Amino acid sequence: MKNCGELRRKTLPDAPQTSQASPLVDDNETPDWTGLEAAGARPRSSVSLPNEVVSGVLPGIDYELVEEVAKELYIRALKELPPDVAEALRRALQRETHPTARTVLKTILKSIEISETNRMLICQDTGLPLYMVTAGGPWALDGCRLKAALAAGTRRATLEHPFRGSTAHPITRDNPQDNLGQGMPIIYWDFAPEQDYLEIVMVPKGSGSENMSAMEMFTPADGLGAIKRFVVDKVVCSGGNPCPPGIIGVGIGGSFDSVGLLAKKAIVRPVGRRNPDPMFAALEEELEDAINRSGIGPMGLGGDTTTLAVHIEWSYTHITQNPVAVNNQCWAARRARARLWPDGRVEYGF
Amino acid sequence: MNAITLSTPLSEGEVRALRVGEEVILEGLIYGMRDRTHIEIFQYGKEPPVSLAGYPVLHTAPSLRRVGEKWEKVIIGTTTSARMDRFAPALFEKYGVRAIIGKAGLSEVSLAAMQRFGACYLALTGGAAALETLQIEEVEAVYWPHLHPEALYAFRVRGFGPLIVAMDSHGASLYAQVRTAAQARLASILGQGADA
Repeated sequence: MKNCGELRRKTLPDAPQTSQASPLVDDNETPDWTGLEAAGARPRSSVSLPNEVVSGVLPGIDYELVEEVAKELYIRALKELPPDVAEALRRALQRETHPTARTVLKTILKSIEISETNRMLICQDTGLPLYMVTAGGPWALDGCRLKAALAAGTRRATLEHPFRGSTAHPITRDNPQDNLGQGMPIIYWDFAPEQDYLEIVMVPKGSGSENMSAMEMFTPADGLGAIKRFVVDKVVCSGGNPCPPGIIGVGIGGSFDSVGLLAKKAIVRPVGRRNPDPMFAALEEELEDAINRSGIGPMGLGGDTTTLAVHIEWSYTHITQNPVAVNNQCWAARRARARLWPDGRVEYGF
Repeated sequence: MNAITLSTPLSEGEVRALRVGEEVILEGLIYGMRDRTHIEIFQYGKEPPVSLAGYPVLHTAPSLRRVGEKWEKVIIGTTTSARMDRFAPALFEKYGVRAIIGKAGLSEVSLAAMQRFGACYLALTGGAAALETLQIEEVEAVYWPHLHPEALYAFRVRGFGPLIVAMDSHGASLYAQVRTAAQARLASILGQGADA
């Protein structure tokens, strides 16, 4: 993977030939570039992106630094609860009237304090490793090397700290003990041209809450009522399993696959930050209120606090459909964030 | 609420006296088990090398370090009980287990078995592993170490809790009560606005 950039440069001149192997191109068809040339475009074979020129114009990135940052983020996420989450739990205790719920919230706050004082992991579940990467522009980024650096950082955090390997083969249940394996870590990419840094958010996603997640395809006629009922029902039926009170991430719209990512993005948003769209902000408040009035309470044992926040992320969808996803996040809503600048500067946060 | 301190092994009388909503602190020895441990006992028919009679079983998620002959704790948490629900009645009936400590509770079948054999379910606060780890004084033994982290663990605990009596030997379940009340509220909670 480390030679990904080199490999690309080497294969570029042969691009039209190698493209015959692509399943998208008929084996007997010779790619015709004449039309493109006529239109002013150049065939890929003549595109030249020598690294020296690129690095002279666009800022580059140190992939060894990315690996360090990926490692550091995983460890930080497991040990430091974001201050917005801790604050929301403290506020919940102030409001809570149910005696059992007060005991549970006090136990949670005491455990957070112990993990801070003793630099211990907050929860034993080291989760599925997930990185959300947002690249600013303009950057000279080699996606392959970036991906490899995130995987290497995940592995090093696991082995060097060390902590539990939580990833397993879905059929054989083989655990490689390094939190990798096919498809791991999970990485989502985004691009923000206005941003002059590279942002990496690491989420070690615990399984107790992830297992209590769901998606449903509604029809347009089902309306908003169906969305509300689905979200609240899911929380009530989950009881104490997702370790409430946590964050309820809701995705609305998009497609089968993207609605899940919307819900995932929703649990990563800091508690106390509303959706910028007033309609969705109002829906967040309404669902939060409804869920907390259900009385499920901390750890499902009853009380006024079932969720710290409902976050909604949304997108347009198809005229025939209305997908909705709920991604449950436990009270130990762990995440760690880093920003990297081209000059090698790194800032850590939540 | 004042917590009731109990030392293990527990007697049937001590467990029968507990009612849902009460808080318990445990002292002494408890046994940690999870998915594979149960499978070893109930599906592969391996007899546990120690008597579990009177002891609580913790649905454990242990991260340990082996130093010579000793096992040192790294971080020990509690896992979701539902996955091991099917084995709970047999633990009470065949092995005399008096309590299961876990998170999020067990089924009605297990609740009925608690009533019949004099056992209960003690809810631990999930995710609070740092506190739990400090309350486990020592990993006294690891039986079937080849199964680690799903072996059979003997944990020596001190001031272990507070645990909430969430299912008792009288047929009461806090989870069922809370869920029934929530479902009854749902209609009025979502009310007219639901179809807006």
